[in-house]
Amino acid sequence: MSLARTQPLTIAPPEELLEVSFDDGMEEIIEEHLRHYPTRQAALLPVLWLCQERWGWLSAGVLRAVARRLELAPAFVEGVVTFYTMYQTAPPGKYLLQVCTTLSCALCGASGLLERLKEKLGIDPGETTPDGRFTLLGVQCLGACGEAPVIQVNNDYYTDMTTEKLDQLLDELP
Amino acid sequence: MTAGGAMKPILLRARGEDKSRSISTYLRMGGYGALKKALIMDPAGVRKEVKDSGLRGRGGAGFPTGVKWGFVPQDLPKPKYLICNADESEPGTFKDRAIIHTDPHMLIEGIIISSYAIDAHVAYIYIRGEFWEEARILEKAIAEARRKGYLGTNILRTGFDLEIHVHRGAGAYICGEETALIESIEGKRGQPRLKPPFPAVVGVFGCPTVVNNVETLACVPHIIEHGAAWFAAIGRNERNSGPKLYGISGHVRRPGVYELPMGVTFRELIYEHAGGIREGHELKAFIPGGSSCPVLPADFVDIPADFDSVAEAGSMFGSGGLIVMDDSVDMVWALENLMTFYSHESCGQCTPCREGSDWALDILRRIRRGYGRPEDLETLERISRYASQGMTICPLGDAFCGPISSFLKHFRNEFEDYIAKAKPLPPRTTPVLPVRSGRGRFGI
Repeated sequence: MSLARTQPLTIAPPEELLEVSFDDGMEEIIEEHLRHYPTRQAALLPVLWLCQERWGWLSAGVLRAVARRLELAPAFVEGVVTFYTMYQTAPPGKYLLQVCTTLSCALCGASGLLERLKEKLGIDPGETTPDGRFTLLGVQCLGACGEAPVIQVNNDYYTDMTTEKLDQLLDELP
Repeated sequence: MTAGGAMKPILLRARGEDKSRSISTYLRMGGYGALKKALIMDPAGVRKEVKDSGLRGRGGAGFPTGVKWGFVPQDLPKPKYLICNADESEPGTFKDRAIIHTDPHMLIEGIIISSYAIDAHVAYIYIRGEFWEEARILEKAIAEARRKGYLGTNILRTGFDLEIHVHRGAGAYICGEETALIESIEGKRGQPRLKPPFPAVVGVFGCPTVVNNVETLACVPHIIEHGAAWFAAIGRNERNSGPKLYGISGHVRRPGVYELPMGVTFRELIYEHAGGIREGHELKAFIPGGSSCPVLPADFVDIPADFDSVAEAGSMFGSGGLIVMDDSVDMVWALENLMTFYSHESCGQCTPCREGSDWALDILRRIRRGYGRPEDLETLERISRYASQGMTICPLGDAFCGPISSFLKHFRNEFEDYIAKAKPLPPRTTPVLPVRSGRGRFGI
């Protein structure tokens, strides 16, 4: 039975993100977010998500554009972006392999999964494979402890993982 | 309801149903009936019903929900907000995800009734960034409810207006704390605020705000539908009423979410519902309600799993997320694992928590690598005294100190064994292990 259900991320190369602007489709979504809150600043997290979904990561140029659009100081935007772990400030691989390492997953074999990935991909957590396909991350609790161990690949959870399932998953990812 | 614990499911009644998330299934099971009933009551009546039910916050603190709602000033001309806390970031807790996956409309109905009770016309669901799929499920449910006239303007022609917006976090444990969550909705770094003022008076956008957990809000439609007395009668001990979702993870045969009346014992949870400890092993310890709750050794397994009983045993009931450890677990390793979490998640605002969690992790790591020193345990205890009990703005300080002091209290011999076997530190190194490489401060 097929396991993989994740599509690769589209990662814009750094040279395309030196300066960015929002197209009409994005503007429409930004307007919609702004209607949800009484202040412009409150739309910051949703707008950053929108940008990350579009370009795969948040370059300094993207942060400047967001700051201009929401009338915020670029330094403030950078402060927010770096506080949260899920905003990528450097181009990641097409697949973010996020292995949960917190207690329940650790009790159920998370370190074996991490070791397997390190060995198979030849990289340490925090690194990206030279072909730009995988970024490996050890992450904190993903909130699915009853189905430990858990790996999140991009947006999708893969639960009750074993090294066999992990091998199958890596083979199947498009 | 039988004493053995099994009950007709309430919060997870739709589990196993075909298309359990769709509004048609929810309506077929009697959904949105409570909303109709609530909207012909007056808001004060709804508040009283919830207060009388004895519902206590399911996010971890166990504060009476009706009392919390009562703190919202009724005569202030400012708008009021309801926030549903779906951050679910406490390790060992995964019950809210089960509600959202099984029956999102129960949560939506709970939010509408609760907003009506506190006179809020905008509600936010703050959901952790990792729950991308769950955010989509909620957005879909909101759209369905709007099409049926349960959301928007003039709901069911009663003149009550409400909008619900889903706000995704972006990866920060601390945003489960209500004031950090509020900061995060406002578009800032999720750093907790000093209290008072409490959010009920000055919350999001400077307005009165109530923050309630997903499971708490999901209980509300049932209280309105069946009445406060019905709800208060569920559960075995007074002041600890209602159905409860227990999340069981770790070394059990059948981990998962179980809905049971409040007050079943941990023995029943572990051995009857979760199928017992895996083959060939015995229970060693359990963390009763999410990783911040002090650990309890196996002899405490017969206490009831509710707020007051667990507090009496010297721990906390928390969110009901039970982490089970069998006799194969090295408790020094387990504490090191938890400290890795807290040192990573401390927001950095208060010195005792920011530095204390890092130092505790450093010391534990050193002990585990065979360089422990006799004074280490005393140092750990000192850290756990100085970073807790009001020394920090939010309870994250207490959250990592509880594990330190309880692991040392119940499993001190394991720490001492490590230290007895320790080798002297290699020359010319400081107590802090050298940074290996990589991005983190400690090279992890």
